[in-house]
Amino acid sequence: MKAFLAKLDCGAGTRACRVETRLDAFRGLRTPRSKVPNTHAPRSKGIVRPKSVDTSVDAADTSVRATAVVVLALLTLACSAVAATGAQPGGELRFCLYSEPKTFNPLLVADTSSEAIRYMTAGVLIRVNRQTQELEPSLAVSWRVVSQGRGIAFKLRQHVAFSDGTPFSAEDVAYTMHTLFDPSLHAPTADSFHAGGAAVKIETPAADEVTLTFPTPVAGIERLFDQVGILSSKSPRKEMASLGPFYVAQYKPGSEVDLSRNPYYWKRDRQGLRLPRIDAVRLYIQQNRDMELIRFQRGDLNIMSAVSPELFDQLQARMPAAVRDLGPSLESEMMWFNQSPKAPLPAYKKLWFQSREFRRALSAAVNREDLCRLVYRGHAHPAEGPISPANRFWFNSGLKPHRYDPAEALALLGKAGFRLQDGQLYDAQSHAVEFSIVTNAGNQAREKIAQMIQQDLKAIGIRLNVVKLDYSAIIDRISQSLDYESCLLGLTNVDLDPDAQMNVWLSSASNHQWNPNQASPATPWEAEIDRLMQAQGSELNPARRKAYFDKVQEIVSQEVPFLYLVTKNALVAVSPSLQNADPSVLRPQAVWNIEMLALTQEVAKK
Amino acid sequence: MKAIRYLAATLLLALLLAALWPGALTRTPYDRQFRELPNAPVSRQFPLGTDELGRDRLSRLLYGTRVSLLAAPAAALLSTILAALVGGLAGFLGGWFDRAAVALIDLMLSLPWLFLLIIVRAMLPLNVPALVSVLLTFGLIGLLGWPSAARIVRAGCRTLRCSDLVLQARACGLPRGRVLLKHVLPNVRPILTAQFRASIPIYILAEANLGLLGLGVADPLPSWGNLLRPLESGLAPDWAAWAPLILMLVVVSCLYLTQSSKVVVQ
Repeated sequence: MKAFLAKLDCGAGTRACRVETRLDAFRGLRTPRSKVPNTHAPRSKGIVRPKSVDTSVDAADTSVRATAVVVLALLTLACSAVAATGAQPGGELRFCLYSEPKTFNPLLVADTSSEAIRYMTAGVLIRVNRQTQELEPSLAVSWRVVSQGRGIAFKLRQHVAFSDGTPFSAEDVAYTMHTLFDPSLHAPTADSFHAGGAAVKIETPAADEVTLTFPTPVAGIERLFDQVGILSSKSPRKEMASLGPFYVAQYKPGSEVDLSRNPYYWKRDRQGLRLPRIDAVRLYIQQNRDMELIRFQRGDLNIMSAVSPELFDQLQARMPAAVRDLGPSLESEMMWFNQSPKAPLPAYKKLWFQSREFRRALSAAVNREDLCRLVYRGHAHPAEGPISPANRFWFNSGLKPHRYDPAEALALLGKAGFRLQDGQLYDAQSHAVEFSIVTNAGNQAREKIAQMIQQDLKAIGIRLNVVKLDYSAIIDRISQSLDYESCLLGLTNVDLDPDAQMNVWLSSASNHQWNPNQASPATPWEAEIDRLMQAQGSELNPARRKAYFDKVQEIVSQEVPFLYLVTKNALVAVSPSLQNADPSVLRPQAVWNIEMLALTQEVAKK
Repeated sequence: MKAIRYLAATLLLALLLAALWPGALTRTPYDRQFRELPNAPVSRQFPLGTDELGRDRLSRLLYGTRVSLLAAPAAALLSTILAALVGGLAGFLGGWFDRAAVALIDLMLSLPWLFLLIIVRAMLPLNVPALVSVLLTFGLIGLLGWPSAARIVRAGCRTLRCSDLVLQARACGLPRGRVLLKHVLPNVRPILTAQFRASIPIYILAEANLGLLGLGVADPLPSWGNLLRPLESGLAPDWAAWAPLILMLVVVSCLYLTQSSKVVVQ
C-alpha cells in the first residue's frame, strides 16, 4: 500500500511541475529555483526538468537510466490507479459569477463575486470549515488567544510560498495586518476587528510567529481571520501573488475570470498528493440565470449556485442527480414597520406600528407555510428569528416560528383597541387600518410574498397597498427620509458570529431599521438588547456569549421588531462529472472544498 | 386591406366587450388566491387554469385587458390634448413662445423616459390603492408622452398660420383665439386623431414594459405588464403565452387602424 501511495504522489508531482512551467511562461515570469521551498525542490529536480533527463540518457548513465525506467513504470501504475477511481487530476472547472468582481485585493472585498475569488485564491491563517462550521488551521498551524481576549498569537506554517514562488513568513502577516488597519485603505474587513482607529500592536518574535494585540477584547477573534487574505510583502506581483489553491491568471472585464492552479500551494490530501486536483477554474460573468441553466444542461458548466426554486424544479425533472437541496440557508425574508418618531407619518399610524400587540397580531396573521409552499415551491422553511438553523452554534433552538392563527391575531388586535366592522379593521380612534409595504421591484419572490401577505391581512380587515420601487429609492426611504410605513426585504447573514450584527441590534446603529440612530433606547426591551449585545461582544466564553445572544433572539421573537417570514433553502446544482463535491449552505457553497474537487476522466481530458 | 381593418376593429371590439363584462366568462375574482390549487391545469372552474398563487388566469387576463384597453386610450387622450395645446399654440403664435415650446419639446424628447418614469414613480405617495396606481401609471405615461405629437401638431399649425384661410380670417378681424379654435384646430384634427390612435399601442407597450420591471400597476390588480412577468424567465410556463399573444394582437390591430386614419389624413 505504501508503495502504491508513493506512485500516486509521483504522478501528481509531475503534473504539478508541468503546470508550473506552463503558467510561468504564460505570465512572462520565470520563478527562480532558489525560491522554491525546500520540501518541493527534490520532486522538481527529479522529474520536471526534461532537459537534464535527456542529457543523462545520452550519457548512458546506467543508474540514471534504471531510475528513469522505474519512475516511468511507477508513473504508468499511478495513472492506471487514478483512472480506476474515475477522477482525473487536471481539467478546468467552470461556473458563473453573477456580477463583475469589484476587486482582486483580498482586503477590499465587499461583494459576493470578489468574495468567491478571494476564497479560491487567498490564503488565510485560520479557515472556517464550511461543512462543520468549526475552525481549522490553515497558514497558521496553531493559535492561542492572549491578553484576556485582546490578542492572538499565531504559529505559522513553514516552507510555504506564494503563487510566484516568494516564500511566506511572519513578515507577510505583519504587512497584511498593517495594510488592513491602514485607515486610508477603508478595508471593510477591518471594521469587524473594532480597532476603531486605535493602533493594533503587531509583533513578529520569530519568522514563524506573529502576535497581534488589539486595544480592546474582540469576541470570536479567531473567526475573523477567515476573511483576511494574506498579502505578500515582497512579491513584485503584490496582491496578485496568492497563497490559496489558485491564482488569478486572466481577467476579461464583463466576460470571465480565469484562475490557474497555484503550483506552490502547500496543502496535500491524505495520500500526500499535492492539491488542488483541478488545473484551472473559469468563472464566467453571467447574470442571466436561464442562460446559465442551458449551459449547465449542455455540460458547459459544472456548478450552479443559489439556484432559484423554479430553476431547481425544472432541473430536477431533467437531471435529478445534479440538484441538491441543502436545507435552510443563511438567507431569510422579513418585514418591519417604521417605528421612528421622526418618520413623516400620521401620529395614529406611528401608534399602530409601535404597538407590540399590533406587530404580534400581524405576525400571527401571515401564513408562513403557504409562503414556503407557493413562493418557494417547498424549498424554504418558516423563519424562527434572526438566526437561521443553518448557523448551528448561534441558532436558538428554543424558538419556534409564529403560528398562523387569524383568530389569535384578531384577539390581540382587540386587546390593543382595534375592532373589526363590516370586514374592515378600525383603531380606537376609528381610523381604518390601511398601510403600504415597499419592496424592491424586479424581485418576483418578494412580489409574490407581498401579494400573499396582502390577502392574509385582508382576512383580518387590513388593507395593504403593495408598492414596488427600485432598490435605490427604497434605501433612500428606509435610511434617509424615513418616508415609508413598512418594508419587505431580505437578510443574508454572511458572518456566523452575532458580533457582525451589532449594527442592526444596537439602538444607536444606523441599520437598526425599525427606528435607527436613537440617542437613547426608545423602549426598555431595546435597552435590554443593547445591554445583552454589548455583554456578548465583550465576553470571551463562547457558552456565555451564546446565552446572551439566545436572550436577544427571545426578546426579538416576543417584541417582533422584524417579522421574520421564511428562511430560504440553499439550492445548488452540481454536474455529475464533478467528483468529491460536498456543497455547504455557507458561501461559497459548492466550491468550499475546491482543492478536493476533481473532474471525471472524460471531462478532464476535454 | 379593408378586410384586415374590419378584422382588427372586430377583434378590438370583442376584446373590449369581454374585458368590460368579464362576469360573462368567469365569476372568479381576479385577486382571490386558491392556495390549494396553485398552477392548476385547465378545468371547468378555471378555463385557463390558475397561476402560481392559485389565482384564476382567465379572470386576471380579462381584468388586465380591461386595465390596458381603458387606461391606455385615456393616457393617449391626455397626451394628445397636451400636444394640441403646446404644439398648436407654438405653431400658431410663433415668436418667443414657439422658441420656448420647441426647446421644451427637445428637452423632453432627449430625456430617457423609462428612467424618468421610474424616478417620478418613486417620488409619488406610497399609500395609494391599486386603482389609483393605475391612474398614476397611465397618467405619468400620458404626461410624459406628448412631445413627439406636439412637434407634428406645431408643424401643421405653422403651415396653417400662413395659409390663405387663416389670413382671410384674420383680415376679417377675427380675434386670434377664435381663429385658433374655429379655423386652425379643426384643420389639424386629422393629425390629432392619428396621433391619438398611434399613441394607444405605444402606451400599452409602455405599461407592459413598466410592468415587466415590476413598476407598473400595483398588485393585486392585473395588467398586461404584470401578466407578462413570468415571461421574464425564458423558461416560462406555456400559459404565460396568452398575455403576449393578446397584447400583440391588440397592438397590431391598433396599428392597422392607425394606418387607415393616416390614409384619411393624407
